[in-house]
Amino acid sequence: MKNEFQVIADLIEKDKKVLDVGCADGTLMKFLKDNKNINIRGLEISKEKVQECIAKGLTVIEGNAEKDLKQFPDKSFDYVVLSQTLQAFLNPELVLDELLRVGKKAIVTIPNFGYWKVRFHLLLRGTMPITKTLPDEWYNTPNLHMCTIKDFFHFVKSKDIKIFKSLALNNLNSSIINESNLGVKNMFADLGIFLIEK
Amino acid sequence: MNTEKNIKTLIVKKPLKLDCGKTIKDFPIAYETYGSLNSKKDNAILVFHALTGDQFVTGINPVTNKEGWWSYAVGPDKAIDTNKYFVICSNVIGGCMGSYGPSHKDPDQKIFGTNFPVITINDMVNAQYNLLDHFGIDKLFSITGGSMGGMQVLQFISNFPHKSKTVIPIATTSSHSAQNIAFNELGRQAITADSNWKDGNYTSNDTNPGKGLAVARMAAHITYLSKKGLQEKFGRKLQEREDLKFGFDADFQIESYLRYQGSVFVDRFDANSYLYITRAMDYFDLAKQFKGNLSEAFINTKAKFFIISFTSDWLYPTQENKDIVIALNSIGADVGFVEIESDKGHDSFLLDVPDFLSALKNFLDKSYEEN
Repeated sequence: MKNEFQVIADLIEKDKKVLDVGCADGTLMKFLKDNKNINIRGLEISKEKVQECIAKGLTVIEGNAEKDLKQFPDKSFDYVVLSQTLQAFLNPELVLDELLRVGKKAIVTIPNFGYWKVRFHLLLRGTMPITKTLPDEWYNTPNLHMCTIKDFFHFVKSKDIKIFKSLALNNLNSSIINESNLGVKNMFADLGIFLIEK
Repeated sequence: MNTEKNIKTLIVKKPLKLDCGKTIKDFPIAYETYGSLNSKKDNAILVFHALTGDQFVTGINPVTNKEGWWSYAVGPDKAIDTNKYFVICSNVIGGCMGSYGPSHKDPDQKIFGTNFPVITINDMVNAQYNLLDHFGIDKLFSITGGSMGGMQVLQFISNFPHKSKTVIPIATTSSHSAQNIAFNELGRQAITADSNWKDGNYTSNDTNPGKGLAVARMAAHITYLSKKGLQEKFGRKLQEREDLKFGFDADFQIESYLRYQGSVFVDRFDANSYLYITRAMDYFDLAKQFKGNLSEAFINTKAKFFIISFTSDWLYPTQENKDIVIALNSIGADVGFVEIESDKGHDSFLLDVPDFLSALKNFLDKSYEEN
């Protein structure tokens, strides 16, 4: 399991009710179910991935986060997880509002466009950056709204969303992000992980 | 039509009050089982059949000598694995494969015909519930069925919220739509317009409204397929001829196919049963039973739901299946949902659709492991 999922799992206490939005093949769901006794649900748009989840014995609903989150009642999950998908929605702000309505807390991870490798790629090569967390070409990427850790940090603050914990991830190392080290973390982390609440 | 041999029957002694107000008692429920009930009695699956199905789910139907209606899904090593599970299916009341229906005789030994009480999906499942007592099963492992079978699944878990661990409604609806009522009415009109129908008393005259019933079946059969599926299978291909004949014989393969479907159906199905069962489907509106709030129908159950729809099913489209998912999610129920890609229309659930069959198998087997 990738390090990102380990960090997410560490943020969630045992025996909670969790919704994994864009749960893909259910790797994180399965880990949370087996290791933390989590009552876990998934929402996934790809039919193939939904089948993989069913084969793992996971409860998953085929659907689109931009349309289908509204069926869940307010605060019906302890945590709602959204891993590296926010930037792919037509309206990320709306999805973020929905995550925070449905979940008591939300865990959102974003690929950091401020990562030094991304900056150098654009600066030196002059072409759209391709990195481990941003593997696609400009013409086939699902990402519509790329942002940096700094962008997201300021965005949630401006929306009066409470940040419980923000972590910078670089390969296997995770570290706390705060106001004073934001500039450095924004340079050296390829992924940001935010535990937030509204 | 009711070949008594090969039909297992449970006589229900307990009176059953029907939605129409009448009470029936000492009535037969014809059923069949596959696989064996284990000692813990925790491996039973109650399968509900659709409009024209019967209790003979798989293998050779001993009355029609044809394959059972869900042979692709049910059997040893299949999605519903009879090596593992004990499958029970019964003919709905109002049906014509041995359960109490319009071709049975009233207490005065006269065939009921249209004097048989109008029955509902609720009546059907209340009647079938007696099978649990009969087999000494406290809790089913699963209940499942497609189309009208799915309606019975929803009604059953609403009526008996603690009687099944898992619930699998397939290609169904919680409320019969105007379009579906319209198609059923077309079928009923075809039957009653046949001069042999004789207000439903045809059996006493030894005649049969076969032409009307065949037309009803032909019309309904079109609704079970998709436009794309029909086009790919038949297109404008001609039936055993080089060119058009400039007449009204079956020039096209699709005409010949529909005529065949109509004619074989008449041999195995009773016209009055067709009227009664389609009426039960039309009356089905689970939300209405709970003052318009479908979620209330499921508020008392802790069962795990898995709902399946098909992309090309326009009779019970994905949205109607999703409405059930939404109602369940709004009360925090345990519900999974998948829409299966298929060109085979509503009939997809009866056919060899690998993604469907593997989803069904995985859901059942994984849920059973967690038992």
